[in-house]
Amino acid sequence: METRTASEPTPMKNRTTSERKSPRELVVSRTINGPARIVFEAWTKPELFKQWWVPKSFGLTLLSCDMDVRPGGKYKLVFKHGASEPMAFYGRYTEVTPPARLVWTNEEGGEDGSVTTVTFKEEGGKTLVVLTELYPSKEALDAAIASGSTSGDMNETFEQLDALVVTLK
Amino acid sequence: MVQYWPARLDASFAALSDATRRGVLEQLGRENASITALAERFRMTLTGMKKHVGVLEQAGLVTTQKVGRVRTCRLGPRRLEDATAWIERYRRLWDARFDELEQVVDKLKRKEKGNGDQDRK
Repeated sequence: METRTASEPTPMKNRTTSERKSPRELVVSRTINGPARIVFEAWTKPELFKQWWVPKSFGLTLLSCDMDVRPGGKYKLVFKHGASEPMAFYGRYTEVTPPARLVWTNEEGGEDGSVTTVTFKEEGGKTLVVLTELYPSKEALDAAIASGSTSGDMNETFEQLDALVVTLK
Repeated sequence: MVQYWPARLDASFAALSDATRRGVLEQLGRENASITALAERFRMTLTGMKKHVGVLEQAGLVTTQKVGRVRTCRLGPRRLEDATAWIERYRRLWDARFDELEQVVDKLKRKEKGNGDQDRK
């Protein structure tokens, strides 16, 4: 069976790409059908952010979501997966430039935490979102990959996610 | 609890830093192919594709075998499982997340268009 390659983007749905761009960087990108202003709003208003950050297929419950979106402002997300202990993800915003750029730290991992930069670039009513996770060292990213922590410890739910993705294709 | 990524994967990551090489691996995951076929598929010169395959071969991700005049490539003993599987899972996770984001953005767009005439949900 022929499967599409990168040079033939599927017309059905915008393509998400991911790569380890450098030893310390993970990059994902996706074009969203909407102006940057609106996409930025969805990333910065907690009531909107909650609606998409944890897709149902992840099998996670978002217990709380506090976001003080301004430079120096803190955020804290608490998740629960099944019967496991709740997990908290937290850090602070270091750059907030509507509607173009958002930078925050990820401090739950201690010193090895990454810095996430999201850029929003609008063109023709659509927005290219590029998210970069920069780790302090190659070893830190290697470790994050090995432990699955970058995904928010969702290894167990990847099976479910795989199933979902298959249905979307 | 943190397990360190085995050093042997370094070469894999270097090999995987290039979009074409990742494409080649995806392709070989489906079926073996000659260098000529790969070059055509990725619209490159034969020399360019040979280089990419060379890098993948060194990383142990691909093996090649020459039969007659055709060099056939197949996935090597070091399967992609570890490195690419993870990057692919990461991609899928974000893909699902972005799908949800699209829906939220779509809702907001429609709400704006409605100009406040329609009641909020």
